[in-house]
Amino acid sequence: MTCWDILSDYGLRSLGIGERLLPRDNFTICQQVVLIGSGMIWNIYFGLLALVSGFFLAVATAVGKAHHNPMFRKPAEWFIFVFRGSPLFIQFFFAYFTFQSLKGAYPIFTPLTSAWLGALIVLFLNTAAYSAEIFYGALMSIPKGDIEAADAYGMSGWKRFRRITLPTMLRLAWPAYTNEAIFLFHATTLVFMSGFPARSQMGDALYYASYFADKTFNPFIPYPILAGFFILLTLTVIGTFGLINKQLNRHLPQTNRAKIRLRLNLIR
Amino acid sequence: MAAIFSFCSDPASLEGIEWLSCYLTTGKHLGIYWSIGTVLLLLAITAPVALFFGFAGASAARSRILPIAWFGKGYTAIVRGVPDIAFFLFFVIALDQFFEWIRHEVKCPDWDMPIRQGNDFVVCPEAKLPLGTAPQWVHETYGFSLAVLTFAIVFGAFAANVLSGAMRAVPHAQLETAEAYGMTQRQTFWRVLVPQMWVYALPGLSNLWMVLIKATPLLFLLGVEDIVYWARELGATKTAKFTEYPHGDWRMWYFLALLVFYLGFTKVSEVVLDKIMSRLTRGQATAAGEAQRKAAA
Repeated sequence: MTCWDILSDYGLRSLGIGERLLPRDNFTICQQVVLIGSGMIWNIYFGLLALVSGFFLAVATAVGKAHHNPMFRKPAEWFIFVFRGSPLFIQFFFAYFTFQSLKGAYPIFTPLTSAWLGALIVLFLNTAAYSAEIFYGALMSIPKGDIEAADAYGMSGWKRFRRITLPTMLRLAWPAYTNEAIFLFHATTLVFMSGFPARSQMGDALYYASYFADKTFNPFIPYPILAGFFILLTLTVIGTFGLINKQLNRHLPQTNRAKIRLRLNLIR
Repeated sequence: MAAIFSFCSDPASLEGIEWLSCYLTTGKHLGIYWSIGTVLLLLAITAPVALFFGFAGASAARSRILPIAWFGKGYTAIVRGVPDIAFFLFFVIALDQFFEWIRHEVKCPDWDMPIRQGNDFVVCPEAKLPLGTAPQWVHETYGFSLAVLTFAIVFGAFAANVLSGAMRAVPHAQLETAEAYGMTQRQTFWRVLVPQMWVYALPGLSNLWMVLIKATPLLFLLGVEDIVYWARELGATKTAKFTEYPHGDWRMWYFLALLVFYLGFTKVSEVVLDKIMSRLTRGQATAAGEAQRKAAA
């Protein structure tokens, strides 16, 4: 069996396409690379969708937290506190069992108990809370002069927000937001470790890596493969966010531009 | 199992708050309270050990001897780019096999079969850790120690990251002055650099502490019977056949309780760390110290 055959058999295994049974013995490096890579589809799916949808909630929450009216501020503060103050692992478990109880009462909630939707919602809320805190910090450090200049030009309300506040906020927050995106992709590996079932062994990259490590008693092959895939993914994220960063800073003189510095990698 | 309250002898007749207080003090529930102790124990051991590893890693990264510097830099860089959870799962198996391999080499020098046979990892019976004949508690302690060591290695790498940043933040002029006074490398490091770096390291370290708290439920994945394990056990549906306290699927409520527990824990830590920080910044020549001085005046 050549590596090409393995690729066509297992390349989309994580989506349930191709060979039904996972390899059971005589594991080759090729099988491990293909299956773990196939699992990366889920990591990218969760990370990308949560990031894009979470962005909008994060901006709204950050603006809410900066609002002078406690009716907007308090809910935003609590939302951020709850999701940043508790472990994501526990959030996954709690959400999964809550969705299960909901499903018992109303069958319409059935899709929530599967990972593709239920875990996505948790990740969406979680990344929204973390990003909201970043955006809030940026909102607070917008130069006073920028806002005053906007006022002087007669801009106010929505127009001032869209043209001055939002772009400056994004520009200031972008380096930290890049790190958040990286952590989010890393956090996606928790999904199938925390209650959400991997139906008919359709799991993410870590799911397959630990499958191989369990079967072969040899962690020294699957985990480095997984690490390799994630380093590639991290580099892609850094590259993409770097391009956007360039775009956000394009009007500034070269020396003033905020550089993206990769900071500490944090668990949640 | 002897009940704690005297009125708990006949659970079927109890109601409301009495039932709940009896339910929450059954023998099985003591398991989950013990496991909170496990979490605290993990934190109490991991935090200093990780700090030590981090300090060693950060100092190694500054070494003039290249292989040591490479090792230190490699260690600080190891946790970037790869999910930490992968490290947790990796180190637990890898450390276990490493220890068994060392014992194997020492105890059974005459063993002629390869250690890796296909999909198996085989060492001689005397090298097994813990020994096959060991009692249950030895197995549990060994599993817990492996988990602690794993946590310490991963968080040591985080701490090394923070500490090497703090070492770089100490004004360079201080080190040059020390050398101008004729201090050796070693003296400069211990007498000038190390005492001054802590103020710069504290925000990073307190952040790390929060992260460490939030990482404790991952013990579950390392095979330790921790709070997550007990919450799943105790919350699952219990029928009247097996327990005097039958209930439906309460796992949701158990995890809600854990959520609240962690929120409270982080909140308390936040308050305490803020106190420590404001204590440490008093009189420091930093922006925060200046703000404190102005507020007092």
